[in-house]
Amino acid sequence: MSGHTVPADFSEHMLDLDEDEDLEVFTKNTSLPDGSPMPNSPSSMVNQYRLEDDDEGQEAVNTKDIFVTVDHPESQVTAIETFVLYRVVTRTTRSDFDSSEYEVRRRYQDFVWLRSKLEEKHPTLIVHPLPEKFVMKGMVERFNDDFIETRRRALHRFLNKISEHPILSYSQHFQVFLTAQDLAPHRKQGPGFLSRVGETVRAVANSVRGLKSRPEEFAVMQEYVDDFSNKMCCMDKVTQRIVKEQRVSPVSVLSLISCVEYVDELKQYSPTYARWGELEEELTEPLKGMASCVVQCSKEAEEHIQHLSEVLVPALHEYVLCAETLKAVMRRRDNIQAEFEAKNEALLTRKVEQEALQEEVDVLADRMEQANNSLKGDWLRWQRSMKTDLRSAFISAAEKNVEYYEKCLAVWESFLVSQRADSSGGQEDVA
Amino acid sequence: MIIETKSADPNQTIFSALSCACAENRQQSTLPAQLTAAAAAVLWQPITMADSVSSEEVAVISNTDITSTESENNIINTMVERGTALLRKLEINVAEAEKRTGKNTVNMQETYTVYLIEIRPAETEGGTPAAPDTLWRRYSEFELLRTYLLVTYPYIIIPPLPEKRAEFVWHKLSADNLDPDFVERRRVGLENFLLRVASHPVLSNDKIFFLFLTEEKGWRDAVLETGFQDKADSRLKSLSAMFRVKNPDKRFTALKQYSDELNTVISQLLRIRARVADRLYGVYKVHGNYGRVFSEWSAIEKEMGDGLQSAGHHMDTYAASIDDILEEEEHFADQLKEYLFYTDAVRSVCRKHELIQYELEMAAQDLVQKKQQKEELATGTVRIFSLKGMTSKLFGQESPEQKESRLAALEQSIQEGEETVKEKNTECQEFVRAAWDDIERFKEQKDKDLREALISYAIMQISMCKKGIQVWSNAKECFSKM
Repeated sequence: MSGHTVPADFSEHMLDLDEDEDLEVFTKNTSLPDGSPMPNSPSSMVNQYRLEDDDEGQEAVNTKDIFVTVDHPESQVTAIETFVLYRVVTRTTRSDFDSSEYEVRRRYQDFVWLRSKLEEKHPTLIVHPLPEKFVMKGMVERFNDDFIETRRRALHRFLNKISEHPILSYSQHFQVFLTAQDLAPHRKQGPGFLSRVGETVRAVANSVRGLKSRPEEFAVMQEYVDDFSNKMCCMDKVTQRIVKEQRVSPVSVLSLISCVEYVDELKQYSPTYARWGELEEELTEPLKGMASCVVQCSKEAEEHIQHLSEVLVPALHEYVLCAETLKAVMRRRDNIQAEFEAKNEALLTRKVEQEALQEEVDVLADRMEQANNSLKGDWLRWQRSMKTDLRSAFISAAEKNVEYYEKCLAVWESFLVSQRADSSGGQEDVA
Repeated sequence: MIIETKSADPNQTIFSALSCACAENRQQSTLPAQLTAAAAAVLWQPITMADSVSSEEVAVISNTDITSTESENNIINTMVERGTALLRKLEINVAEAEKRTGKNTVNMQETYTVYLIEIRPAETEGGTPAAPDTLWRRYSEFELLRTYLLVTYPYIIIPPLPEKRAEFVWHKLSADNLDPDFVERRRVGLENFLLRVASHPVLSNDKIFFLFLTEEKGWRDAVLETGFQDKADSRLKSLSAMFRVKNPDKRFTALKQYSDELNTVISQLLRIRARVADRLYGVYKVHGNYGRVFSEWSAIEKEMGDGLQSAGHHMDTYAASIDDILEEEEHFADQLKEYLFYTDAVRSVCRKHELIQYELEMAAQDLVQKKQQKEELATGTVRIFSLKGMTSKLFGQESPEQKESRLAALEQSIQEGEETVKEKNTECQEFVRAAWDDIERFKEQKDKDLREALISYAIMQISMCKKGIQVWSNAKECFSKM
């Protein structure tokens, strides 16, 4: 796939409209990356997959029969709007797919549609979150240059998480998303907007009524979710539409920003040492050496920063969003229980319509049991997945740190060697 | 040993030959340093090329694990081994600092710091070090000593004192003069100053300096008795005056320019360093936040808990390590600062030369004028406008007797003028010779010291990298076990 034509003032036009809210991307000078294509072959995808996961990966690798990639973002300009289209490539051996290979183009809204459909169908399954619609206004601007690349990676991860999910990956909506050349006709079907309103209303009503009691295991789960969400937010702030600047300290972003500021100052050394070197005679060599060392170390630091922003920060970010997802899942489960309890109470108090009510109660009871079981099952899967993902992100970050220090060490050691060689070599001509 | 005299300066060759010959025996004894020192003491010549001949005399840093204090000692050892008569006899330390309160000159209570100077006889083979003689000095006394040296040896680049007030600070360092870190660094700087003076071929022989080290009470009077302050006042007045030299000495002009540029460059470096230190501090401390979050997070996890907890500890260790790192870096900054202040001393010597040159030019000009006046008077021609000439034109010639007496007076004046010019000329030549000797010595010292400083900076960076590798390797292991 070839390159992209980006209008110079692309960023200004970049709106990602959703039915609910008007969304703005607070970016400046967004430029498209030179489409670094994700590996296309199944084998290389398998290798990549293996690197990411551990125990869970091992089973899945053996049974994985569907591979999805998201790449080649291209901007589309129409009369009304400008948006980005991503290429989604699917390779599969599954029988319920007509073909073994598909290539479609999807925009962010399409992903949103898919996710909402999945949540609708499976209210108590943990559906991986999407990258957000906006970028925090206070974010260091240089990261906004990679906004699309970051989003692309997150969308890629999203589809992969879905395809790995034992239940969700067999969803009909998922299949349609991956295969239909034109998604529009499919998107018009189904409850959509109205059903979400209904859900919200019910949720409010139920929260007013209050839950009788949460089963023990879900109470524990709720507590964990609250705490986990808390911790993730400490490490990374969920991006919201910023009304005023919030000075919460997200550690991962802070550490990135502090690294960037450090490197900016560090670079100032080099021209000064070079200038000094020109002033001197005997000291020219070591001073020029210093200038060069600083330049090299700054480069290493920048690479390190790049890696952090590509691996650790997005990973932490994702799990902040996951925490929100978990909360939503817990709420939905609570709602289902609440509905059942409400009907059950009606059954117990009212004398008339016993049969009809009994039927409804049974349906709701089934629904509740199913919801609870789904959640219980998915909870374990999610925890394992979370552990794997965050562990690998932290390991990667630690490795990169070691690498950074090792490279700097080499730079300074070679400087030392050159200096000692100089001082011992230069004593030949003695009076 | 047959010593062949090759160059015009026999003394110089003797030094170098001796050093060479003894360098071969270097491994077995410390003879070379003592020989050069003894030779120097006898001949009272500045030690120039000779003793820098073999870098084997200089402590060679052979492993990278040397700490910066060891490296600092290496520089001090360099000075000691250079060997002046004084340092052969004495070991000098500024051992401690203490706070005192007392009444100052305007009878107000003030708090100040005093520094303990320890003098002990230089180590003898196999003997136990004797108890030191000690006295206390405050910073202002050091300043007085330095001013005395500045005035008394205008052709010497006088070593600078550590800064009066903390400059180029980054946010953590207190700019307060009573802050213990500042006091400690000043103590080191004062010791360095004393050693620099003690290892200087000219300054080390100064009586007042010796008294500074040995005579606590009577020193101030002794300094004032030298009457240096009178010279100081007049010199200072002239220095601040604006004057222009007609034929500036190109070498001094170049040196002044170099000195100014060096000043600019080092100032800039120090400013950058302060900002970089500030940022680096931020980077490390932010990681401390990771430690805290991991620790809290570990409380809610079952499987990941232990891994997170121990990783958190390593993050804390990492965050804490910045304090030591920056303290070591402070030492590098101090080395740069010394040479920053040295540029002022160099500039001062250049200015003094300018002054002497100017005085010489003035004297010469004055002499020329007088000679012309005499000629006019003798021949009766008025070539230059003068009041006397005009009045004689208007009011008639003066009498032959008057003319005679005036001529005689002028003769006298001319003779005196010629003496003055000769004196000034000699003074100027002496100054230039002595100054350039010291400038050459200084240049070598500077090159060596700064090279050492850069090397120890590299060593410090290496140490910092090694710590980083260790911490993050440990963290990685913890994460792996999660």
